[in-house]
Amino acid sequence: MTSFPFENRIWDAAETLDLNNLQKLQVERLRQTVERVANVPFYKNVFAREKISPDSIRTLEDLRRIPFTTKADLREHYPLGFLAVPREKIARVHGSTGTTGKPTFVAYTHRDLELWADLCARFLVAGGLRAEHLVHIAFGFGLFTGGFGLHYGVERVGAGVVPAASGNTERQLMLLQDLAAEVLVCTPTYALHIAEVAGKCGLNARELPLKFGHFGGEPWTDEMRAAIEESLGIFAFNNYGLSEIIGPGVSGECPARTGMHIQEDHFIVECINPETLETVGEGEEGELVFTTLTKEAMPILRYRTRDISRLHHSPCPCGRTTVRMERVVGRSDDMLIIRGVNVFPSQIEEALLKVEGATPHFVIEIDRPTSLDEVTVRVEMHPEIFSDEMREMQALRNRIDREIHKITGIRARIELVKPETLERFTGKAKRVVIKSQP
Amino acid sequence: MILHQLSVFVENQPGQLSLPCRILADAKIPIIGLTLADADQFGILRLIVPHWEQAKALLEKAGCVVKVTEVIAIEAKQVPGGLLEILQPLEEAGINVEYLYAIDDIGESSGAMVLRFEDSAAAIQCLQDHGINTSVIPKLVKELG
Repeated sequence: MTSFPFENRIWDAAETLDLNNLQKLQVERLRQTVERVANVPFYKNVFAREKISPDSIRTLEDLRRIPFTTKADLREHYPLGFLAVPREKIARVHGSTGTTGKPTFVAYTHRDLELWADLCARFLVAGGLRAEHLVHIAFGFGLFTGGFGLHYGVERVGAGVVPAASGNTERQLMLLQDLAAEVLVCTPTYALHIAEVAGKCGLNARELPLKFGHFGGEPWTDEMRAAIEESLGIFAFNNYGLSEIIGPGVSGECPARTGMHIQEDHFIVECINPETLETVGEGEEGELVFTTLTKEAMPILRYRTRDISRLHHSPCPCGRTTVRMERVVGRSDDMLIIRGVNVFPSQIEEALLKVEGATPHFVIEIDRPTSLDEVTVRVEMHPEIFSDEMREMQALRNRIDREIHKITGIRARIELVKPETLERFTGKAKRVVIKSQP
Repeated sequence: MILHQLSVFVENQPGQLSLPCRILADAKIPIIGLTLADADQFGILRLIVPHWEQAKALLEKAGCVVKVTEVIAIEAKQVPGGLLEILQPLEEAGINVEYLYAIDDIGESSGAMVLRFEDSAAAIQCLQDHGINTSVIPKLVKELG
């Protein structure tokens, strides 16, 4: 009998469907989805080209005949070219911030919003949320799916919301203290920032009434989880989602915390090699590809997320039967190729956390003056690791250099910078600066 | 005498040194002694100031990373061989000096040396054994307020 830090409660019986019934449900819903998108111009063309009709979808294997949908396809059909329902059926629009230019919009019907709240409720309850709790949400409330997605998920569970939104950390601390929320929802980077600011204000962040945290919106590491749990004195849970699929609620951790259960009754997941596009084996690293099964406003087939992870079908002690994904290690398009080596920003973070005391506030700068990339990792100084002795400062720098080399295989120039000179992130972290392309 | 030295992390960039100096100037805190240790990309500014606790709080409030280190100030004669008198017994006893710098003009014909040792207690013992005065320097006390 595995012991959990709290009672393992399952929100929806669908989370424990046996494989046979799950697959039957998936095929049925996949066929309905193909039917629903048949009038979306993009899919209409694809289906005509590949000779696909709803009737020809008889097994899950048939899904492989459908080509991938990419972010570029969504951009090409800006703003709402993928809409599968009449415009008047739209209940809400969200969007993901494009790094260049316009956002990618996603639409929801009323039923989509109901589903979304339920999916968020699933992972929130799996991670300890109960109706009697109060939840402090420090995500942006806006086009970004984080704030509203979690908000309605928390309400669905019957718990209370403090919609603190992002920014003004000192005010957030006041709310956390005075309203005594038990649960924190934000990005992992921001959770650490809250702990840091608390320390500066002379507060012991561990003494805040917080008990749990549900963090997502950016890739993070187990080391970062340990740092959050230590500094805030809470259990930290990971959840995953992306606006193109539905937003948060695609998957989330259970009390066993050995991967995030994907809500397979609503999404089919595949894991592919981003170069060959072939499916990778069980437990092997690859890019996640999702197909929505029940969404109405904007169903999407075989969407390439660019998120790199691994899938595990082994049984989970929590009793949920759904496949689990590991934490996302990076994005296939964030993946840096430095002197021929694949490097993810999250690996640099992992290395910094391994070096005792090094705060995970850093920026990677890549300079390509010639064919040889020069990599600089700028790391913020911290009172705990600053030494009066040059020898020890050099040793610190060498330790960071060694750890980065051990994890990534590359040598970087390590620059120590003053604290809080680097930007703090409340949305997705921008950790990479490319100075000059060859 | 034991002094509380403030060490400030500075980036090796124009303008980085003036920030701590401006904060001290605004608070009317004079700098009695200082030295700058530099690596290729950052430096450590070491300061001897009156009211070090207040100075530390002000610097930290402005975002500086500050460390307090106990150092030893010893009066040295401003004559050829004045410093050697202090260093020789230490060298013979095998006591390592981490770093040192001078504070000028604290007496008629003497300055103060600020020294940092790996083992301060052993260093003080050694100097006293050789008749070197390691106690309070009245003029310096006056300047430090």
